[in-house]
Amino acid sequence: MTGEQIFFLLVGLVTLGAALMVVTSRDLVHAALWLVATLFGVAVIYTLLNAGFIAVVQVVVYIGAIAILFIFAVMLTRRTLRDTGASVNKNWWAGAVVAVATFAGLTFLLQSWSGFSKTAAVIPSGFDAISQLGDALTSPAGYVLPFEVASVLLLAALVGAVYLAFNKK
Amino acid sequence: MIPLSWYLILAAALFSIGLFGVLARRNAVAILLGVELMLNAVNINLVAFWRYGDVTQMAGQVFAIIVFAVAAAEVAVGLALVISVYRRRNTVVAEELDLLKW
Amino acid sequence: MTTETLIWLIPLPPVLAFFLIVLFTNKNKALSHSVAVGAAFLSWLGSMIVFVRALGVEHLGEHPFESSIPWLPTGETWLKIGVLIDPLSAAVLFFVAWTVLMIFIYSVGYHNYGQPAGDHDHAGLPPHGATVTDDLGHKQTVLSVEPMYSRFFAFIGLFAFGMYTLVVSDNLLTLFVGWEIMGLCSYLLIGFWYAKPSARNAAVKAFMTTRIGDVFMLLGIAFLYSATGTLTYREIFTEQTLHALATIPSGVFGLSAAGLIALLLFIGTIGKSAQFPLHVWLPDAMEGPTPVSAMIHAATMVSAGVYAVIRMFPLLSLDPKTMTVVAFIGAFTAIFAATIAVAQNDIKRVLAYSTISQLGFMIAALGVGAYVAAVFHLITHAFFKALLFLGSGSVIHGMEHGVLHTGNHKVDPQDMFNMGGLRKKMPITFWTFLIGGFALSGFPIITAGFWSKDEILADAFGHGHLAVFITLAVAAFLTAFYTMRQITLTFLGEPRTEEAEHAHETPWTMTAPLVVLAFFAVTYGWVGIPEHFPVLGGLVPNWFHEFVGGTLAEHPEAVEFNIVPLLTSLFVALGGLFFGWLVYRNVNSVEQDKLQIPLLKNKYYFDEAYDFLFIKPLTWFSEVFVSKWMDKGVIDGILHIFGPATDGIGSVIRNYFDVPVINKFFGDGSADATYWVGKNLRPIQTGRIQQYLILSMVVLFVVGGLVYFLLLA
Repeated sequence: MTGEQIFFLLVGLVTLGAALMVVTSRDLVHAALWLVATLFGVAVIYTLLNAGFIAVVQVVVYIGAIAILFIFAVMLTRRTLRDTGASVNKNWWAGAVVAVATFAGLTFLLQSWSGFSKTAAVIPSGFDAISQLGDALTSPAGYVLPFEVASVLLLAALVGAVYLAFNKK
Repeated sequence: MIPLSWYLILAAALFSIGLFGVLARRNAVAILLGVELMLNAVNINLVAFWRYGDVTQMAGQVFAIIVFAVAAAEVAVGLALVISVYRRRNTVVAEELDLLKW
Repeated sequence: MTTETLIWLIPLPPVLAFFLIVLFTNKNKALSHSVAVGAAFLSWLGSMIVFVRALGVEHLGEHPFESSIPWLPTGETWLKIGVLIDPLSAAVLFFVAWTVLMIFIYSVGYHNYGQPAGDHDHAGLPPHGATVTDDLGHKQTVLSVEPMYSRFFAFIGLFAFGMYTLVVSDNLLTLFVGWEIMGLCSYLLIGFWYAKPSARNAAVKAFMTTRIGDVFMLLGIAFLYSATGTLTYREIFTEQTLHALATIPSGVFGLSAAGLIALLLFIGTIGKSAQFPLHVWLPDAMEGPTPVSAMIHAATMVSAGVYAVIRMFPLLSLDPKTMTVVAFIGAFTAIFAATIAVAQNDIKRVLAYSTISQLGFMIAALGVGAYVAAVFHLITHAFFKALLFLGSGSVIHGMEHGVLHTGNHKVDPQDMFNMGGLRKKMPITFWTFLIGGFALSGFPIITAGFWSKDEILADAFGHGHLAVFITLAVAAFLTAFYTMRQITLTFLGEPRTEEAEHAHETPWTMTAPLVVLAFFAVTYGWVGIPEHFPVLGGLVPNWFHEFVGGTLAEHPEAVEFNIVPLLTSLFVALGGLFFGWLVYRNVNSVEQDKLQIPLLKNKYYFDEAYDFLFIKPLTWFSEVFVSKWMDKGVIDGILHIFGPATDGIGSVIRNYFDVPVINKFFGDGSADATYWVGKNLRPIQTGRIQQYLILSMVVLFVVGGLVYFLLLA
């Protein structure tokens, strides 16, 4: 077991543990905070995968924006300062079964794939992932169109969210 | 060093946990939290496949970027909806939102 | 046009008249009788032209006018039908044309054309008189016109068609067609006054009785056809065909084929010409109007029966057994009917039995081989019998005048004992009737009947058939006797009733035909004077014998002259007439008539016997056995099983299958099942999205698993 592998196992456990807490915490603020932890873990995974830019974007966008947004939403939708009631609904066991089945199914499908236990290739030196990503995102031969469409999507979401949540008084 | 399978299993597990959250949580916001977990699992998969495939092909990362954007948009709109629903019905418990019942 | 074409056309005008009257001129009396008489005239004209032309042909028997067409395809060959005028049919055509025309003209007067419509006349009943008021306000009842006037002319038109067809035909098939048409018309015309039950019954009786004969005749025709393959006379009467038929045994009564065929055809004649034992219908047929009695039952239809036998004479003469049967029946009928005639009081009944008797003469003549004599008597009889019947119709009309005058409807205008002295009131009728009666009796020299009857007796005697000779002589005596009885009671003496007092002569449309027929009744005999007759023989050649004799392949010889039959004829004729006058000149009422013997009056109880032997059992058979037991019992019984059975099956299917299975199980059941499924599935729709998601994931796994493991693995 190399150091990398041990490190990975730790980060994986942390991420999964935090994820579990996200879905089981009764207090929603706690759940949101556990989400932050999970997202951090995922960012570290990205770093392990030599996708540094993605890791940073993860932190900035997910944690910095989305998780905060969640906390705001939790605040705005509390009736009392304390959460009452169960954290899970009455059919939670069915959901658990489905989740386990999904995991099992996915694993089963993946392990029958030949490239399942592939090892990582060595990244060539001088390979600048970020500039390559930038090129891909903005060149017409690349993915500039999806990129622009995504911008429009964000605009639409922005407008929609404002409209939906607008408090007409 | 680290076989691809580890990342894939991690992503699968994260996805399943997120799924559980979506299916079993009472609070609507908590459901959206589960959705976020699932989207993250997807992203892990995408980036892992980028890394363990041809790194010069940026499609994996580009796709991950787009997923980010979509996730953000989706959370924004979703939470706006939840807030709007809360304002009207004074509840965010998913079980109570059953107007489409027979 | 050629004679052959003319012959084809002769039967046509009367049938066209029938259709025209039925379809178009029914309502118009004048138009109807004009069409009918015009048609009869055209046929008469055609017949006369053909006759005259036929006279001009040498050896007409060997070269007759003939024309035939192939009609019915029978495999490789054809059954042909056509027309033939040889000497026999030429002579017969002559008298048929004349009598038919005379009777058509007579009918105009008989049915009182020009008279007013009756007071209470109904179609279906004889006319009853109309009350007319003259200028001075005097009411009197006069004869009224027949309501069904046009219908009568239509029917006799159809009848004339049938007779002409029969006469001109060259084969048994169209002969039979004409035969049956006349049978139908006989039925229609006997039952002309259909509202009278006696007329209806008489019509049915006539048709049924002749039908019996017709069935056997058809069998004969069928046998003949199957034996020879043809029905045309000239093809049958060839040497080899006749020889073949004479030698093949038929297996019945030891007769040869020829004998059996001739016998079967003769049975048809027994029916049609009212010979014993099928004679019962003819007297009842007097229910019809008198022109009908004259035409159908005296001159033409019954003559058709004799004509058929004459036509088949070459076949008949091949088998001596059949000839004996024919002679016996003819002679027996002659005397049998004559004995009944002496006890009849109805003027028409006497003539009816007289007809039967005279037909017996002709048949007997054929039975003894007297071919020419039979034809001769056939023709002379037609003339004088038609004359006598028309005369009797005139008498009845005169009497009806009297009845209407006195208003006493209980008096029967046809009963001779109510008549008397009519010679003064109805002179033309009297003289013509006298001529007819004398002709019937065989009054010597000046009447035709003498010559023909004498020839029959001469032939019978000359060929040694003494039994037949004596029987016919006795019958001739009785004939003269009852004829004189009739004349005496009707015309001579003084009127016995008031009705007879007030009788008067009938119009020219009725008396003119009487005169014409009387002419023939006198003169026709002179064409057949035998050559060896004392004094008169040889003055005029025996044209008739030469002409008609030529019909047969072997010209028959004239019989040797013998004084015995001649004396016998003279004796029986004059003696009978004298006796009749002697006995009846002083008889004034039916009680004084000594010959009213019940056996004779009731026609030897034949009708009663037939009723007991045949009618009642057959009625029982049809009413009880067939109708009640078989039809209603068995057949209806079986059918009545089907109804309830079907009903049962239906209700079983309905109650045990349709309702529980189809309705309840499938119909209601599917509805209930759908409802139950719906009701139980409805709660799935909770409106809670998480449950929807769980469900969709589960289904995804199930389907995905199935697809993966079944298709991809």
